Amino acid sequence: MSAPQSHWTNRSFPEAAKELLADSQIRRNVRHATDVIQAKRNRVVGELPDWEALREAGSAIRAHALEHLDEYLVEFERNCTRAGGTVHWARDAAEANRIILGLIQRHQAKEVIKIKTMTSEEIGLNRHLEANGVRPHETDLAELIVQLGHDKPSHFVVPALHKNRQQVREIFQREMHLPELGDKPEDLCAAARAYLREKYLRIKVAVSGANFLVAENGAVCIVESEGNGRMCLTLPDVLISLVGIEKVLPRFRDLEVVLQTLPRSATGERMNPYNSIWTGVHEGDGPKEFHVVLLDNGRSPILADGEARQTLKCIRCAACLNACPVYHQTGGHAYESAYPGPIGAILTPQLHSMEQGRTLPYASSLCGACYEVCPVKINIPEVLIHLRGKVVEQDQKTLGGKLGVWNVGMQAAAFVMSSAQRFTLAQHMGQLAQKIFVSKSGFIERLPFMLSGWTQTRDLKALPQQSFRDWWAERESNGGDATGAAKESRDAK
Amino acid sequence: MPSESDARLAILGSIRNALRVPAERNDAARAAEYAAIPRDYKRSGTRQGEALLELFTHRLQEYDAGVQRAPSGKIADAIGGLLAERGRHRIAIPDEVPRTWLPPGYPFEEAAGLDSMQLDKLDGVLTGCTVAIAETGSIVLQNAAAQGRRALSLVPDYHLCVVFASQVVETVPECFARLDATANLPTTFFSGPSATADIEMTRIKGVHGPRYLDVLLVVD
Repeated sequence: MSAPQSHWTNRSFPEAAKELLADSQIRRNVRHATDVIQAKRNRVVGELPDWEALREAGSAIRAHALEHLDEYLVEFERNCTRAGGTVHWARDAAEANRIILGLIQRHQAKEVIKIKTMTSEEIGLNRHLEANGVRPHETDLAELIVQLGHDKPSHFVVPALHKNRQQVREIFQREMHLPELGDKPEDLCAAARAYLREKYLRIKVAVSGANFLVAENGAVCIVESEGNGRMCLTLPDVLISLVGIEKVLPRFRDLEVVLQTLPRSATGERMNPYNSIWTGVHEGDGPKEFHVVLLDNGRSPILADGEARQTLKCIRCAACLNACPVYHQTGGHAYESAYPGPIGAILTPQLHSMEQGRTLPYASSLCGACYEVCPVKINIPEVLIHLRGKVVEQDQKTLGGKLGVWNVGMQAAAFVMSSAQRFTLAQHMGQLAQKIFVSKSGFIERLPFMLSGWTQTRDLKALPQQSFRDWWAERESNGGDATGAAKESRDAK
Repeated sequence: MPSESDARLAILGSIRNALRVPAERNDAARAAEYAAIPRDYKRSGTRQGEALLELFTHRLQEYDAGVQRAPSGKIADAIGGLLAERGRHRIAIPDEVPRTWLPPGYPFEEAAGLDSMQLDKLDGVLTGCTVAIAETGSIVLQNAAAQGRRALSLVPDYHLCVVFASQVVETVPECFARLDATANLPTTFFSGPSATADIEMTRIKGVHGPRYLDVLLVVD
């Protein structure tokens, strides 16, 4: 089973971020978009006095669903099948791609229309289809911009937020052969409407993701804004929905919680323009054939980690991206994953058994803004720290890791700090050794050799002339009144 | 090639293994856990009568939807007025739209026999609804009398929706309480005309769904 070529590379976060930080256009676009969504989100969240209760309920519903995931998936399968749908199971990306391509080929379709789906990005579906002679047409406006621009999505909800109107116009002019196209958002929307309408009415197979599955009655729920989703869900003869196994909710009424928190968190609207909910197939309304492909692809092992399991509660609102100071600076591409931002920083490495995206748990200042806005209360900083621990543990198992600067440094620190005598001695040695590195301002700006990594991005406060422990000892021996070096150095501040 | 049922067993096995669940799961315990989920959020609203309808109207207008009122005896007149104002003539209607809604002089077309291509050529569609939510300005359609199949309210560029005051609830949970009995029907929530903010976060009305939405609120 060979995985399809992904357009996401293995570059580390700092490497990828450095390149993006140099692109001031992307940074301006990202800053503008996230500022606008954040402001709208804060306004509509602020008008709900029961917001915290909704978060609490949403978190508990999602946690409960995950604790009983096997049971709810089987219940969903039973009810979806009873309603005329067909449920498929895919262990990994290759298996999901094969199932979906097989279904498309069974109907001799050469083209499919698609609703924005992150799972499809995760498994590289478009590439797989193209390699096998099937042309996928993205229908979400932003996804269309990304697809026609031969680009990558950079955000869950507004995947093309890194492009401004002039850049979109250039792409549409070139790809839709519309040399006269203007750059007003209205013009660009009208061009997309005309370009896609013909496809909705002609193409017979659609591929979607899903926001929620409901175990109780086998329902599938998709939220969207433009109506492109509804077109894909209702006009074609065949609908294939690719859904991560974690997306299941126990009961229909659970939607009353997430359909309040998701739109307010995602786009800052009280409700999305459109929510579609359906079960299986319905005579005379919508597709005649409906398939759900349940995708594991690294999700089930995450359940084993009690601390990190909460990652799978995510409902993909992207509020954590918009709130994140790191994402603000770098945009989404630096994460090299279908899932960028703080949630991506914990989800991506776990989906790859911590073998890819290992720098992502460090792509955070742990400021906690992501946790504060999360509508299902995923404690992202806690999981980030937990995953950093895992990265270190893994590293310690390799020879390179054992002898690495970090490990040696940490082991040395542990040795020194576990004995008061050794600690005092080290402090005195440090006070002597630092002298040649301390600048006039009292900071160490550059350390030599292996230690230089630490001072590359930060200055280090020099050790004081007298340590607290020395000062305390002196104070005790003077009968409670310390004078001398410590007092002087405090006065000097 | 491995079969799909292998994949099913492997995934369920992997989940059970990760969760360390016993071979026999306990349904009663799961139901009790589910029942214990805290639901301290607002279940029902506090507004009634005019205050409720005002909130609904205000929220719809924020989405750029047109809102008009009429008493139940004047529905056809009001619809005739709106269609004339909008310059829309060829209007699709789903099954079981009451004849008393239809003003004379308009070629209403039974939508049941029309395919998507034909729908695309009409000026608009007239439907009722199942329930509406004031707090979010949302209207819910199901595949039921006077609402029809999902494509009807999607393909034509203009949607005129009749909402009775008795169909308006204040909160999302109240809406779901009303939908519970018909949860298996194809269901569409719509909140204003279709929209996008994908380009520089500027909200543009009408991408693929109807670009124009009028709501006729029937109040006696």
